[in-house]
Amino acid sequence: METAPKPGRGVPPKRDKPQAKRKKPRRYWEEETTPAAVAASPGPPRKKARTGESRPPRSKSVHIAQKSGFSKKPPISKTAPDWKKPQRTLSGAQDPFPGPVPAPLEEARKFCRIDKSKTLPHSKPKTQSKLEKAEAQEEEASVRAARAELLLAEEPGFLVGEDGEDTAKILQTDIVEAVDIASAAKHFDLNLRQFGPYRLNYSRTGRHLALGGRRGHVAALDWVTKKLMCEINVMEAVRDIHFLHSEALLAVAQNRWLYIYDNQGIELHCIRRCDRVTRLEFLPFHFLLATASETGFLTYLDVSVGKIVTALNARAGRLSVMAQNPYNAVIHLGHSNGTVSLWSPAVKEPLAKILCHRGGVRAVAVDSTGTYMATSGLDHQLKIFDLRGTFQPLSSRTLPQGAGHLAFSQRGLLVGGMGDVVNIWAGQGKASPPSLEQPYLTHRLSGHVHGLQFCPFEDVLGVGHSGGFTSMLVPGAAEPNFDGLENNPYRSRKQRQEWEVKALLEKVPAELICLNPRALAEVDVVTLEQQKKERIERLGYDPDAKAAFQPKAKQKGRSSTASLVKRKKKVMDQEHRDKVRQSLEQQQQKKKQDMAKPPGARPSALDRFVRRAREGGLQVDP
Amino acid sequence: MKVKMLSRNPDNYVRETKLDIQRVPRNYDPTLHPFEVPREYVRALNATKLERVFAKPFLASLDGHRDGVNCLAKHPKSLATVLSGACDGEVKIWNLTKQKCIRTIQAHEGFVRGMCTRFCGTSFFTVGDDKTVKQWKMDGPGYGEEEEPLYTVLGKTVYTGIDHHWKDPVFATCGQQVDIWDEQRTSPVCSMTWGFDSISSVKFNPVETFLLGSCASDRNIVLYDMRQATPLKKVILEMRTNTICWNPMEAFNFTAANEDYNLYTFDMRALDTPVMVHMDHVSAVLDVDYSPTGKEFVSASFDKSVRIFPVDKSRSREVYHTKRMQHVMCVKWTSDSKYIMCGSDEMNIRLWKANASEKLGVLTSREKAANDYNQKLKEKFQYHPHVKRIARHRHLPKSIYSQIQEQRVMKEARRRKEMNRRKHSKPGSVPIVSERKKHVVAVVK
Repeated sequence: METAPKPGRGVPPKRDKPQAKRKKPRRYWEEETTPAAVAASPGPPRKKARTGESRPPRSKSVHIAQKSGFSKKPPISKTAPDWKKPQRTLSGAQDPFPGPVPAPLEEARKFCRIDKSKTLPHSKPKTQSKLEKAEAQEEEASVRAARAELLLAEEPGFLVGEDGEDTAKILQTDIVEAVDIASAAKHFDLNLRQFGPYRLNYSRTGRHLALGGRRGHVAALDWVTKKLMCEINVMEAVRDIHFLHSEALLAVAQNRWLYIYDNQGIELHCIRRCDRVTRLEFLPFHFLLATASETGFLTYLDVSVGKIVTALNARAGRLSVMAQNPYNAVIHLGHSNGTVSLWSPAVKEPLAKILCHRGGVRAVAVDSTGTYMATSGLDHQLKIFDLRGTFQPLSSRTLPQGAGHLAFSQRGLLVGGMGDVVNIWAGQGKASPPSLEQPYLTHRLSGHVHGLQFCPFEDVLGVGHSGGFTSMLVPGAAEPNFDGLENNPYRSRKQRQEWEVKALLEKVPAELICLNPRALAEVDVVTLEQQKKERIERLGYDPDAKAAFQPKAKQKGRSSTASLVKRKKKVMDQEHRDKVRQSLEQQQQKKKQDMAKPPGARPSALDRFVRRAREGGLQVDP
Repeated sequence: MKVKMLSRNPDNYVRETKLDIQRVPRNYDPTLHPFEVPREYVRALNATKLERVFAKPFLASLDGHRDGVNCLAKHPKSLATVLSGACDGEVKIWNLTKQKCIRTIQAHEGFVRGMCTRFCGTSFFTVGDDKTVKQWKMDGPGYGEEEEPLYTVLGKTVYTGIDHHWKDPVFATCGQQVDIWDEQRTSPVCSMTWGFDSISSVKFNPVETFLLGSCASDRNIVLYDMRQATPLKKVILEMRTNTICWNPMEAFNFTAANEDYNLYTFDMRALDTPVMVHMDHVSAVLDVDYSPTGKEFVSASFDKSVRIFPVDKSRSREVYHTKRMQHVMCVKWTSDSKYIMCGSDEMNIRLWKANASEKLGVLTSREKAANDYNQKLKEKFQYHPHVKRIARHRHLPKSIYSQIQEQRVMKEARRRKEMNRRKHSKPGSVPIVSERKKHVVAVVK
C-alpha cells in the first residue's frame, strides 16, 4: 500500500501535463561543450519535438488555433522550420524555447464558446467582419484560459487498486489508514438514532453542513472544524433542509409550512404560501428557492425579495422527487407514472417530459455540466440519460434493490443509495458518463439511507441515514481547484459580504431560465426575419433587394436599344439558369435523403409504389 | 492500492497577516462559472443603467459676452485656451481650466463673422462686418502698449468666414468670392467664384492642404484647389448648406450642416450620393465640428440643442440641451476629444463632456479595468431590447419632442402618399429613390 501521488490506470485520471512538459532547456553556454549539436538543435531535443506527443511544433499549432478553431491536430512538419535554426542575439544568448508559446489545443476546447456548426443567416460584409473578429477574440481567450490551467495548484484525488484488486472491495477504514491525518479526519460518523432519518445539505462552499432529522432535529455546523452553529428541535416533522445562498440562512421544509432560520437557529420567516413541502432546491444565481409539495405544486420563491415568482401545477399528484440542473437551472421532477418533467418558472407547461421508467421514478440527479441525468425507478433500473437535445438513455442497469437516492459529484461520480448500502460509480474523467458495470466504491451504513450529497470541493460524500450521519471518503470526487470569486471555502467574513453584494447585483431574472442558457448570446433569427417581413410590408418594397441589372451605356453605336435588350437578356438568362441549376440540385439532394431510410424502418413490399405515387401525384393514404 | 485524497493546506489559501491582501485563487473552468451569458447580460443591463444615472454632461458656462456668440476657435497648441467672437464685434480669449476670460478685444464694428488661429498658435485672424480682416497676437499687449491688431486689411465686400492653411502662411476668406491671401500681402493672391452668391464658410482640407471646401447660399458646396485658378466641382443640394467640416482622419470625407435639418457626409470623390444622411435635428443645423478621432462629430442647431453623431450612423447618439440655452450658433470639439464647447445666442459659451457619463479626473487601475469591462459588455449586448431601450432614452424639451412627433407624422404621410401613387400608376413610372439620393440635385464639374 502506497500513498504516493502517482498517476494510474484508474478512474479519475490525473493531469500529467506539467510533468510531461517540463524539460531541461539547453543553456546558451552549453553549446560550447557540444559544438556538433548546435547547428542541429539549439532548443529542446529535436527528436522529442518531432514525436509531437509532448510538445507540438509551436508555430503550427498556434496557427491552427487561430485559423480553424482547434478542429485539426497540428500537422507535424518534416522539415525544420525557421525557428529551429539557431537565432543569435547581440549578446550571444539564445532563446532556449524559440517560437511562440504552444497552445494547448485539447484544453482550449473546454473553454471554447462558439458553436461553429450553426449557420447564421446571410449578413452584410460589415457584420460578417465584426463576427469574424469576435470569433477570433473568443478563440484567443480560450487559448489563454487553457494556458492558465498550468497555474492551478491542486491535483484531483484518486484511488487505484493493484493488479486485479477491485476498488469496490476497499473499505473506508483502509482508506482512512492510508491517507494523511487531515483527510482521515474528514471521515466521521454522527450517531443520532433518536431523531433520524436525516436529510442533509452542504453549503455552496462545502464548508458548512445542515442536518434535518425527520423527528424535528435541525442542526447546522462547520463540519471541517466540527464547530456547531446551531442545534434546535422544531417539534414538527422535517421533510427537507437546504442552505440558501450563504451559510447564514437555512430553509427547512416542515410538516405544514416552509420556515427560514438563520445560523443561530432563530426563526426568520414562516412561509405559508408554501405548504406541505417535500423537497427543496435552491437556484443560487437566480436566488430562487424551488419547492415541490404534496399538493402537486412546484413553487418558486425569490429569496432576495421574498416574493413568490410562480406556482406551477405539475398535475401529477404528490411531488417527492426533485433535482436541479446546475447548468441551466431547470428543475427536474420525477413522477409516479415513470416520467421526468423539466420545468422553468417562465413557462406554465413542462419544457420536456421524458418517459424514463416503467414504474414510478424514485430519484433523479443531474451532473454539474448539465449533460447527463441519472434516474432510478420502482422497476429497479438505474438509467443515465443524455440531456443534450435527444434525451436518450445512454446506459442502464438493473439493481437488486433499486436506488432510492442519487447524487452526482463535481467530477462526475454517481452515488446511489440502496437500503443501507451506498454505491459509487465513476466514469473516465469529468465529461464522461459514469459506467454502471462496476462500482468504484461501496459502503454499508448502520441505517437506511435518507439523504445523499457530495461535498463541494472536498473528496467527501455525506450520507444521512436512520442511524445519523456518515461522512465518507471518496477520492477523486471533487473539483480540486475552486475559484475564489465564486465559492471560496476559505473566505473571510468581509469577502463573504462582498461576494453577497455582487451576487445580488447580478441576480439573473427568473424569466431567463431555459434549456439552453447560451441562447441569449445567439442571433435571434426568427425575430429578425419577422422584422424584415414587417418592414417590407410597411415600405411596399424590399430595401435590401438586389437592384435589377442596368446595362452600361456604350459608345460607337453599341448602345442601341436592341443591344441593350440583348445584354439585359443575357444576364437575365444566366440568372435564370443558375436558379434552375440550384433548385435541381436541391431536389436531387432531397431525393437522396428520402432514399436513405431511417435505420429503424423495415423494408416493405409496398415500398415499390411509393416513388411512383409521388411522381404521378397519386394520393396514398398513410 | 494507491490512494490520494484532496487535501489542501489552508496556509496556501488564507493570508498570513491582517496587513496582507486576501488570496483569491482563480479557476476559469466553465463548469465552475455557470450561467455565463445570463450573468453577463445582467451586468450589461446594470452598466447601462448606471451609465444613464451618471450622465451629467454639463460642466460649465462661460459668461461675459455682451451679445450672442457667433464664432469659436480652438488654440492649436494649448488645450486650455479657446477664443470666441460675439455679435457686437468683441473677441474674448478664455482659459478653460480656470473658466475665466483672460483677454477681451473690441475687434470689429458689427459682427465678428469668422475667426481662425494660425497653425503655430502665436496669432489669430478675425473677419467682421466692417469689411476688414485683422490679425492679432495671441499674447496680450505689454505694459503701456495699445491693444492693436498686428495687421489690418480693408476689403471691398463683407467677409463672412475665414480659415487658415494647416502648414503655410496662407489663409482663405469668403464673402462674395473665395479669396486666398498671403499673410505678407494686403491683396488676395487669387480669388475664385462660381456663380454670384454669397459664400458662408470656407474650410481647408487638413491632409491635402491645397484643397478647400466652401458652401454658398445658392445651395451648393464647391471644392477648390488652391493651385489652380478655377474651382474643381460642386454639388447642389435641395437647401442651402450653412457650413462644412472635413473629417480629420479620413480627409476625403466632409460633413455638411444643412438648412433642411439634416447633415450630409460626402465622399469628395463621389459627390452624387452622400455616404450618410444624419437626421435628428428638428431645425436648421448651423455648425458642425469633428472629433479629432474622426469617428464622431458634433452639430449645433437652431432648435436649441447640440447633437453628437457617429460618422457611420444616421441617428445621433447623444443630445445636449438646457433650459437656458438658445439657438446654438457655433460648436467645437476640443483637441483632446473629451469636451465640447458651444456658443449660443444668449451670450454664453457652454462646456460639455463629449461622453456624458465619463468620470473626470485620474482613474485608478481598477476603475479603469471596470470601465473597460462595462464598455465591452454594453457593446456586446447593445442590441438586446431592454439594454437598447435604456441606452437610447433621453429627456427632451417639450418643443423638440413635439416637433419630432409632428415631423414623424409628416414623413409617414409623405411615404404613404408615395406608396399609394406607386400602387396606382404604371409600374416603374414612380421609381424608388433612396433617402441618400433624394437630397442631391446635381453635381457639376
